[in-house]
Amino acid sequence: MPLFDQLYNFAHWLAQNREEAEDLVQETYAKALRGFSSYAPGTNFRAWMYRILRNTFVTSRTGLKATMTVPLDQDDDDPMAPADTQTPEAILIDRSNQQLLHSALEELPVHFREILLLCEVEELSYQDIAETLTVPIGTVMSRLSRARAALRALVHQKLQKT
Amino acid sequence: MACEQWQSQLDAYLDGELPADAMRSLDAHYRTCPSCSADALARLQFKRSLKFAGNRYTATPDFRSKIRTKVAARPRRTWGMGWTLATATLALLFAAGAITLYMGRQSLQRQHTYSELADLHVATIGSANPVDVVSSDRHTVKPWFQGKIPFTFNLPELQNTDFTLLGGRVTYLGQTPGAHLIYQIRKHQISVFIFPADIPAPLGSDSGVRQQQTFNAKTWTGDGLRYVVFGDASPADIQNLTNLLKSAAHP
Repeated sequence: MPLFDQLYNFAHWLAQNREEAEDLVQETYAKALRGFSSYAPGTNFRAWMYRILRNTFVTSRTGLKATMTVPLDQDDDDPMAPADTQTPEAILIDRSNQQLLHSALEELPVHFREILLLCEVEELSYQDIAETLTVPIGTVMSRLSRARAALRALVHQKLQKT
Repeated sequence: MACEQWQSQLDAYLDGELPADAMRSLDAHYRTCPSCSADALARLQFKRSLKFAGNRYTATPDFRSKIRTKVAARPRRTWGMGWTLATATLALLFAAGAITLYMGRQSLQRQHTYSELADLHVATIGSANPVDVVSSDRHTVKPWFQGKIPFTFNLPELQNTDFTLLGGRVTYLGQTPGAHLIYQIRKHQISVFIFPADIPAPLGSDSGVRQQQTFNAKTWTGDGLRYVVFGDASPADIQNLTNLLKSAAHP
């Protein structure tokens, strides 16, 4: 089953819970089979599957709760803050610091977490992310930029505490 | 253009989402701006850490087989012609997806290797002491590697070409020692990596100059060695240096 591992990883990050992640993946495959007619051949199958999973999540109880506080995207967002190059070694998270990065990702609001996962882990193009999240490509760029800044800030905060 | 304006394009650059001409302008800026290139390196490291950290959860074998059974059982329960067609098409898509996934994994491993080479290239040319043997004389550079790497190689004569040899250093890829040579053409610096052909790092086959990690790269194997020419010079320059290296290997 192609995409199974990726869909499961994405679902678990969204739901942050094994049982719910399994429900999400199961529902995604069921919907993909049922709603196959809505898939337009030639378009991106991966983005289509991620969109089903993501839509299933946002209408679930956990998803509704997690997305209730999503702020409106502002395209005229502040220019991106530069990465803190003062301590690049602090940003270079090696394997021993994976736990720190995991907890920072978990703490991120779900709309930031999902876009970072789609871009960095699933390596979807901006166009595919726009299709998956059903938002314009400009929103993908500004949201990604804010998600990265938020994650960097969280990681820094955690590094300072340790 | 001020650095702030370059920085606003940096993430799109690292995501490979900038148009080619903007990529080139940004490449040129990095060569002259240590602060932006340090920023780019920090962000690249962050991206890689995030990719590693994000691949965290694996389904249980039980759940995997449960879904597999459900997907496979679907046509038997729904006997209608429409369903059969839909499921058959979906099965075809899955099969195509499996092939794509396999190819994708191969390509991902290759990308990891090229990403390491990109790091080696960028870190070396950005270093205050990029090479350990500083010489444009191939008869000085080649013997310097004696006893440092477990193989030997031939370097081309560069007279009447635009290329200059700047020097070399020992490098490692996949825990295998190799030679890292730096050539210059006009203002571009090009890395030439030479490793044993059986290096445990997938690099792809000899098939023209390709874009890897936004750089241009060309790889081939010959006489038990694996060569990679890597840099931001034009594909034509990369190909010319390749031809010179190939002819030096078979004088």
